[in-house]
Amino acid sequence: MLLWLTVLTMGAVTYVVRVTPILLLGKLELPPLILRGLRYVPGAVLSAIVFPELVLREGSLALSLDNPRLLAGVLAALVAWRTRSMLLTLLVGMAALWGATALLG
Amino acid sequence: MRKSVEPGLVSGRGQEFFSGVRAELPLLPAVIPFGMIYGVLALEAGIPASLALGMSSIVFAGSSQFAATQLIGAGASAAVVVATTLILNLRHSLYSSSLAPFLSRLSARWKWLLGYLLTDEAYAVTIARYRRSENGTSLHHAHWFFLGAGLCLWTTWQMSTAAGVFLGAQIPRDWSLDFTLPLTFIGLGVPTLDNRPTLAAALVGGAAAVALAGLPYRLGLMIAALAGIIAGLWVDRRANLPSEAG
Repeated sequence: MLLWLTVLTMGAVTYVVRVTPILLLGKLELPPLILRGLRYVPGAVLSAIVFPELVLREGSLALSLDNPRLLAGVLAALVAWRTRSMLLTLLVGMAALWGATALLG
Repeated sequence: MRKSVEPGLVSGRGQEFFSGVRAELPLLPAVIPFGMIYGVLALEAGIPASLALGMSSIVFAGSSQFAATQLIGAGASAAVVVATTLILNLRHSLYSSSLAPFLSRLSARWKWLLGYLLTDEAYAVTIARYRRSENGTSLHHAHWFFLGAGLCLWTTWQMSTAAGVFLGAQIPRDWSLDFTLPLTFIGLGVPTLDNRPTLAAALVGGAAAVALAGLPYRLGLMIAALAGIIAGLWVDRRANLPSEAG
């Protein structure tokens, strides 16, 4: 019962965060500075999610090439940049991760 | 109710809807294992199957569902679970704000619906759709694109969660399938980094997230995102200043 209440509250806060700007901001004229800042949302947020996944191992920094996730992530980024193909990015990234894990143990 | 618009510049509702679905398809090979792993971990954390499935439709936010699963498994209090969810999902307010100007003419019902369907994956393809319009295509029915992308992701998420809950234990752990998620975000993000300010925003956002990873409740993510945005604005402003000697 408490778990259900917790999940319902999680859903409520998530929904409020998602819907409020759409409901309210459409009616306001946003200052140009904010509008320009919003252009950087995708890159800033996505990399804030991705970077820690690549360079942190159990909470500490692993910035060397014997870190399979970093290696695979960098390769995948190169593929994404050159090809703009999601499928190739996924395939190369996973293959690199498996290869590097097998080689580096 | 057909309006007179120049032919060739407008796409119909169905056409937009299915382009939205199609834009989402390349992401599904990453979403499906992610949803299945969530289902498995939720059961392992002692969450009943019905609630694990319920969370996918009530919360519908993968990363916070993962975090909640870990926290519940570790016996965290409800308040901590909800606070972590809120902070982790604050990034959606940035997505929502950046889409708001494009959705302002829609009815309230549309806004309530699209708000529910706003995820990382749906946002990334939808904002790309709206930005393409800057070279002249009509935005008249572009919200149907959002709906198509959102529903495609929603359906896949529910089904893969269910697959994880019911078939789960058969997913081999050492395949590292959780890595498909960062790979998706790389595939979505990297092609958008086509000028110096966006690159600066991404590098600063990412580096700050690493530096702040130790903060409680995943606070680091939102602070890092804001730092990245400020970096983008700063580089943009410097680039637009008249060049001076030195």
